[in-house]
Amino acid sequence: MHAVNPWVAVAYLVAGVLFILALRGLSSPATSRTGNRLGMLGMLIAVVTTLVTHVPLGGVGGAHGPSIPFEGDFVDLVTAGEIVIAIIIGGTIGFITARRIQMTAMPQLVAAFHSLVGMAAVLVAIAAFLNPGAFAILGADGNILTVSRVEMSLGAAIGAITFSGSVIAFAKLNGNMSGAPIILPARHVINLGTLAAIVILTALFAGSAHAGPGENNLFWIVVAAAFAIGFLLIIPIGGADMPVVVSMLNSYSGWAAAAMGFTLHNTAMIITGALVGSSGAILSYIMCRAMNRSFISVIAGGFGADSSSAGGPAKEQRPYKRGSAEDAAFLLKQAENVIIIPGYGMAVAQAQFVLRDMADMLKEHGVNVKYAIHPVAGRMPGHMNVLLAEANVPYDEVYELEDINHEFAQCDVAFVIGANDVVNPAAKTDKASPIYGMPVFDVAKAKTVMFIKRSMTGVGYSGVDNEVFYLDQTMMLLADAKKMVEEINKSLAD
Amino acid sequence: MDFISILSIFVLACFVGYYVVWSVTPALHTPLMSVTNAISSVIVVGALIASAAAGAGGSKWFGLVAVALASVNIFGGFAVTARMLAMYKKKERPAPKTGGH
Repeated sequence: MHAVNPWVAVAYLVAGVLFILALRGLSSPATSRTGNRLGMLGMLIAVVTTLVTHVPLGGVGGAHGPSIPFEGDFVDLVTAGEIVIAIIIGGTIGFITARRIQMTAMPQLVAAFHSLVGMAAVLVAIAAFLNPGAFAILGADGNILTVSRVEMSLGAAIGAITFSGSVIAFAKLNGNMSGAPIILPARHVINLGTLAAIVILTALFAGSAHAGPGENNLFWIVVAAAFAIGFLLIIPIGGADMPVVVSMLNSYSGWAAAAMGFTLHNTAMIITGALVGSSGAILSYIMCRAMNRSFISVIAGGFGADSSSAGGPAKEQRPYKRGSAEDAAFLLKQAENVIIIPGYGMAVAQAQFVLRDMADMLKEHGVNVKYAIHPVAGRMPGHMNVLLAEANVPYDEVYELEDINHEFAQCDVAFVIGANDVVNPAAKTDKASPIYGMPVFDVAKAKTVMFIKRSMTGVGYSGVDNEVFYLDQTMMLLADAKKMVEEINKSLAD
Repeated sequence: MDFISILSIFVLACFVGYYVVWSVTPALHTPLMSVTNAISSVIVVGALIASAAAGAGGSKWFGLVAVALASVNIFGGFAVTARMLAMYKKKERPAPKTGGH
């Protein structure tokens, strides 16, 4: 059935190229919107090509001509109708969700979407297993082709891992489940054993002489084991490592699509799978580097399990300077350069909108305002940039860690809002600290450091105290982030 | 297509992916994830083939459910990406004082 008509193969190739261009567009915000449209066009071409070649409408006839002969592939209007209904149901749910979702909930949404791709891959693999004739992977001996058996097992297994892993990631990010890691005894043995079982069973399935349509139960065991391993792999991983997990599952959803592309000999699926797979892998790497954690240690899990007593009760007595909104407003107005360092606490307090107002007022006073974003500032790669963009912060005022870190020495006020670990010098000095080695902002070089924090007791995600709180040039602004910024704005307006 | 041609396409596409993704600006990493999510739903091709195929009744229903799931992703993924990208704006007016870059 494959490549009966060369134009079909060309159409899938065009779709694959359009997907590459969709990602290429993301190299700058200016070209990104066109890129997204090219991606949509690619998907449309892939879907229409498949429909045209596989759903000859009964009665209409002639439209496809004799060039695409499909024995036993003739489907009536009922089937076409069923497909359209499935697309409408799914499309409506997807579209409405995409319109309504809060930008702060983006990590959960992406995790949920990954789980759907994973499940779709599993279902397609099952369909190929039950009806290999439709996918042209049935051998002359009545068995499914050996190489296809490996491909479909891989596709189903990776899809199943993506599904169950993403469901757990979603539950942790959405708060349906505690973000704390759940540690099973001997989990490494269980995980490695299950992985080995998947590999061995796949090999046995490939080597089996009994592999007709739906015939060999080994396939089902592989799928069940893969569902289990996805679940087991993600439950021991703590909330702080979720950005890595979401990126990793992104990668897996790509490899699952690629494996199914091998089964179907479909270039669009293979190209896309490779793109998505590399994309997720690179994002995982970037996130790991930003936290100075090795990928293996993230996957092994357990980070943040032991309630670290770092900092200790004695340190709570240390003196610090507390400032008021008026003090802060006065200093900010006098400043020449201000760098704002937002953390996830800002998003939780929904302070990004009033923060933008503050920056606007400062600009009217002739202050040069920049935003500095740490790669792990949000709950997924690039999350903080989206949250600031939503508050209409121009993207050319937002800088990445390595682009702005040298500017703190010339900066009058470093304004830290809802962040802690990413400005903690312990990452550079204290080898015992859980965040040691993580790249951080050198805020202590600024003339004044302002910290908006709810209270002195709550410390960052890693539970580490921060030396910067107690420096001479540091002013602690203890309040809810949104209320504090609103008060600063009031003082600035006077 | 034989296995080796398919494998060649796959390996070359991995390299293309590597270079294209590194050129994505970090500010757009979240839209990158949502758009890769949308395009990985190209798995819908397999789902459509299963739905349209005659024979083995069960496989058709697995296919249809997969079409619905992938459609959630296609529409949801592209729509949410478009919504995010629409928010990225440049400075509308020059700031009173521009510090060089």
